[in-house]
Amino acid sequence: MGTRTRISSEEVVEKVHRLCMEANFQLNADVLDALRDSHKAEKSPVARDVLTDLVENAKIARECQMPICQDTGVAVVFVELGEDVEITGGRLHDAIHDGVRKGYKEGYLRKSMVAHPLARVNTGDNTPAVIHTELIPGNSVRITFMAKGGGCENMSRIAMLTPADGREGVINFVVETVRLAKANPCPPIVVGVGIGGTFDYATFLAKKSLLRPLGTKNHDTDTANLEKELLGRVNDLGIGAQGLGGRITALAVHVECFPCHIASLPVAVNIDCHAHRVKTVVLGV
Amino acid sequence: MPDIIHLKTPLTDDKIASLRIGNRVLITGTIYTARDAAHKRLVELADQGKELPFDIQNQIIYYVGPSPARPGRPIGSCGPTTSYRMDVYTPWLLAMGLKATIGKGNRSESVIEAMKKYKAVYFVATGGAAALLAKSVKKADVIAYQDLGAEAIMRLEVVDFPVVVANDIYGNDLYREGIAQYQRA
Repeated sequence: MGTRTRISSEEVVEKVHRLCMEANFQLNADVLDALRDSHKAEKSPVARDVLTDLVENAKIARECQMPICQDTGVAVVFVELGEDVEITGGRLHDAIHDGVRKGYKEGYLRKSMVAHPLARVNTGDNTPAVIHTELIPGNSVRITFMAKGGGCENMSRIAMLTPADGREGVINFVVETVRLAKANPCPPIVVGVGIGGTFDYATFLAKKSLLRPLGTKNHDTDTANLEKELLGRVNDLGIGAQGLGGRITALAVHVECFPCHIASLPVAVNIDCHAHRVKTVVLGV
Repeated sequence: MPDIIHLKTPLTDDKIASLRIGNRVLITGTIYTARDAAHKRLVELADQGKELPFDIQNQIIYYVGPSPARPGRPIGSCGPTTSYRMDVYTPWLLAMGLKATIGKGNRSESVIEAMKKYKAVYFVATGGAAALLAKSVKKADVIAYQDLGAEAIMRLEVVDFPVVVANDIYGNDLYREGIAQYQRA
């Protein structure tokens, strides 16, 4: 154990509050570049018009401090907590919920959470956030906020394939998921794929893979090749921007793998829309 | 830009009959918002034979749950939500005289059939272009179900609100035709 670094819960609240607003107002450069590249590659005039609108929309959102999309999402927060960090003045997760509450209020962001999935009464402040916390070595806390829209989340799927299904089985499942989704998840989409682990862990990997900047590859060559092949196959579906037909259905396919049981081949597909809103802050450095 | 159609509300049968899939349309006039929870309530009212909170005869419903308006602005960001979730309710409303819906994503066969039967159309607005679409909304008033927050029914006054005809009254489907043209698998 090294020296303990103290980080106040107030700082976490403030940083999360800002992340919520910035993610919803400012599309990241990697996403804007991907939209512009798609416009160059697209053949369909209808899809090209959509892509032009999306770039213009991002500009208006940034300038007017308006949400890129009215669905400002479930607040999904990934925390990588250094083992040598001490949070002072309150609990880390409470601070994250407080930051979300503040960000969604002050940013005039939409409150999209209902307190119970069946009773369906809105919580009024977009909490609770969905928080994933992992321990990492060191003295810092890395907090990544993702505004996850409902339309694309609804099009996500998981399958427990058999080992015999193999690579081809995985490809077929991913392509079929995107085919079934059609226009609903607001293409051009970002496709996150988790392979391996367990039923729950595959879905976590799929979501986590969405955090990687667009244009980056998996560090493993075989997995990177799978990402490339999947992107080609998905784009061959012809769904296009907004599903009105076109060459570019996905901006990227990201794959993350994890060891799994000798009997299992879990594969999860988590889809994100073109309003791919991810922002990160690192505290304690 | 070619073939842009300017459409004023309320809609008439003549105007609707002239629309074809792929037409780009700029809507000016009054439209009503409703999404999941409001649809559930509307259809429950209709089922009980009660009056709806607005007269839907010849009207347009926009599937949207806007973000809150900043002070001094009529509305927040307001792009369409995915339409298929409303498919279960839509034929009911079309039977009651609703003439058009605005959303994103394709409709079910039963909605497409109902649009043919009741002479109604489905428009799509660009999903996620929510800040851009907000520029076309000049006024927004909650007229029912305030308790639903973003899902309340609003009356919007729009000017040149941009949409594309995805389903016309002749049973054509822009999604099906568009994808077939670019499919390589």
